[in-house]
Amino acid sequence: MECYLDNSATTKCFEEVKDIVINAMTKDYANPSSMHIKGVEAEKYLKQSKEIIASTLKVNEKELFFTSGGTESNNLAIIGSAMANIRTGKHLITTIIEHPSVINTMKYLEEQGFRVTYLPVDEAGIVSLEELDKAICDDTILVSIMYVNNEIGSVQPIDKIAQMIKEKNPNTLFHVDAIQGFGKYKIYPKRLNIDLLSASGHKINGPKGVGFCYISEKVKIKPIAFGGGQQKGMRSGTENVPGIAGIGMAVLKTYENFEEKIDNLYRLKSYFVEEISKLEGVYLNGKTGLDSAPHIVSASFLHVRSEVLLHALESKEIYVSAGSACASNKPTVSPTLKAIGVEKELLDSTIRFSFSFETTKEELSYCLDALKEILPKLRIYKRH
Amino acid sequence: MFKSFLIKYGEIGIKGKNKYLFEDALVKQIKHALRKVDGEFEVSKQQGRIYVEVLSEYDYEETVDALKKVFGIVGICPVVHVEDEGFEQLAKDVVAYFKKAHPTLDQTFKVNARRARKNYPMDSMQINYSLGEKILQAFPNVKVDVHNPQVLLNVEIREKIYIYSTVIPGAGGMPVGTNGKAMLLLSGGIDSPVAGYMVARRGVKIDAVYFHAPPYTSERAKQKVVDLAKLVSVYSGPIHLHIINFTDIQLYIYEKCPHDELTIIMRRYMMRIAEHIAKETGSLGLITGESIGQVASQTMQSLAATNEVCTMPVIRPLISFDKQDIVDISLKINTYETSILPFEDCCTIFVAKHPVTKPNVNIIKRSERNLEEKIDELVETALKTEEVIICE
Repeated sequence: MECYLDNSATTKCFEEVKDIVINAMTKDYANPSSMHIKGVEAEKYLKQSKEIIASTLKVNEKELFFTSGGTESNNLAIIGSAMANIRTGKHLITTIIEHPSVINTMKYLEEQGFRVTYLPVDEAGIVSLEELDKAICDDTILVSIMYVNNEIGSVQPIDKIAQMIKEKNPNTLFHVDAIQGFGKYKIYPKRLNIDLLSASGHKINGPKGVGFCYISEKVKIKPIAFGGGQQKGMRSGTENVPGIAGIGMAVLKTYENFEEKIDNLYRLKSYFVEEISKLEGVYLNGKTGLDSAPHIVSASFLHVRSEVLLHALESKEIYVSAGSACASNKPTVSPTLKAIGVEKELLDSTIRFSFSFETTKEELSYCLDALKEILPKLRIYKRH
Repeated sequence: MFKSFLIKYGEIGIKGKNKYLFEDALVKQIKHALRKVDGEFEVSKQQGRIYVEVLSEYDYEETVDALKKVFGIVGICPVVHVEDEGFEQLAKDVVAYFKKAHPTLDQTFKVNARRARKNYPMDSMQINYSLGEKILQAFPNVKVDVHNPQVLLNVEIREKIYIYSTVIPGAGGMPVGTNGKAMLLLSGGIDSPVAGYMVARRGVKIDAVYFHAPPYTSERAKQKVVDLAKLVSVYSGPIHLHIINFTDIQLYIYEKCPHDELTIIMRRYMMRIAEHIAKETGSLGLITGESIGQVASQTMQSLAATNEVCTMPVIRPLISFDKQDIVDISLKINTYETSILPFEDCCTIFVAKHPVTKPNVNIIKRSERNLEEKIDELVETALKTEEVIICE
């Protein structure tokens, strides 16, 4: 049985997404900027996707910009707003458990003369509001905090964070990296006081190479790439029509029967968590209940190297990640796991299981059986 | 500008009656190397020389790069062709060529004429001093030195007239396929691809064996070895890569033998298996990337203990090289970047904290007796389930 439990790395496209992408590539393939009728036909795909996303987020269509994915969205939101507000201040705040596309962007801005505060998290991977309160200054121009952590599925109290930011310094912008959260939560940036929000297509059963950035019309921001002035000059370059059509369809499908699907994910997660906890030498990282993301379980396996366990599961067609696969294939210690205080001997023994709406209880049960069989075998042959 | 290349080959020129075998092999290897280069080429053997004639538009850099990778070539001379339109015109052409090819115009030189077409009105000596004179007149700072010239200007009178003076160093060695075949033990590291390259450079055709240990080593580690074999094959020609699943053997050794002897015993089984495949597939020796003292399993004692299981010659071209020297070659042959990709190979998975560095063969043999019950069967299964990938 093929059992793909690496949905936080990427997901399989919905059939409807595939169909619309093919249409946009082979039938309505014109440049949406072209003046002729075929250009207009192509532009319809952009409009339609914008409508879907705008109504899902309850924002204005003109506040949405399509990008090449989560990484670019994060770069645009952070670099674009930092550079545009440089006269107001040079202080930025983020957390130590952000995705590399945020952390490394912050590091780049530090080289450009910005000051960055990296907030710690508690052992559940939740940022400390107290620390945030202390960190916000008069010259803080941006706070960037992720919605759902990609490695352990911890969920930040975005509403409280936003409230605190706006109370302490109304000029400070709030960016949310929602790449793992969008499609698992209903997110309304305006209601939550979020100024900038990043999302990606391929994490929600859409295509790779496409994402979007919500930029509130109140935000002062500059583009980070320059060219033909498409998307109001905020993101030049011929629009990726097939990708944009695909992400629109993915959003539409994701939010159909949404509550039901999320309830089901939580049921699966609670089953998996309960069963895996029964195994010897297994430690779960972060929270595992309704206060955690519905699709991510991070577990550490004592005396088993994650890479070996990953390949042993692979031989049974079970696909998972060791640490954070999205970051790279370099076996380095995960800063997130370190930040939540995972013990040293477990750092290299951590596996992430991540589910999709298509995951079934049978698959999870198959995976649990495989673990029961593999773990004792691997533990006989440990490294000295 | 250049319409043909004269190929210089050193060592193979002195192989007596077998000379034609070496030349034919070299022609074959040159044709093979030019197969993927844009353009039409004709490779021919004429009067003890090999010429690559260019018959179409072509990319000079790409062509020279391909030729530089052919073992057996000592030098590559790019040749200019001019029509025979009388001596005066030839002199003009030669002067123009000299200026273009040696623009500093302050060298010592000598003209070396050769008449393949004997009906040319001047003989070689006359051509030499007449052309020399024209060059001296044209460039006041250029001087003649007949004993040790900086520029040896060759003028060959053929149907057309060939002019050449620069020699681009080739890869040296001998054409692949002239010295039998050997089996390379290829890991994902820096050393073994270099070892394969060095032996191939002596004209030996290469096959390779890789020991795969899933789930302890990944598909990517295997892909890395395939990629390395492909990089070596640029020089050596196609490599048959034998992939052996080694996991069960390794785990069995782990179970039955003292852990500080694991690496040595494991390597002895690798050698046994490699030799077995070598015999089956016509290889006459084994090649390893070992270098004395580099790691515990490469001390003299360890090498002796590993060598003891083989009857075939084990060629260790890197045996006295320092690591940096090996790295330098791997950079030159473009395998370094792939070699350092961080995937675990099967030698490092179960490595003991303090492995034996001076193994005693008798003690190792005694430990191996613990394996008697199942090991033959495991080896047989490993051999039976081998996967062969042709890397080119």
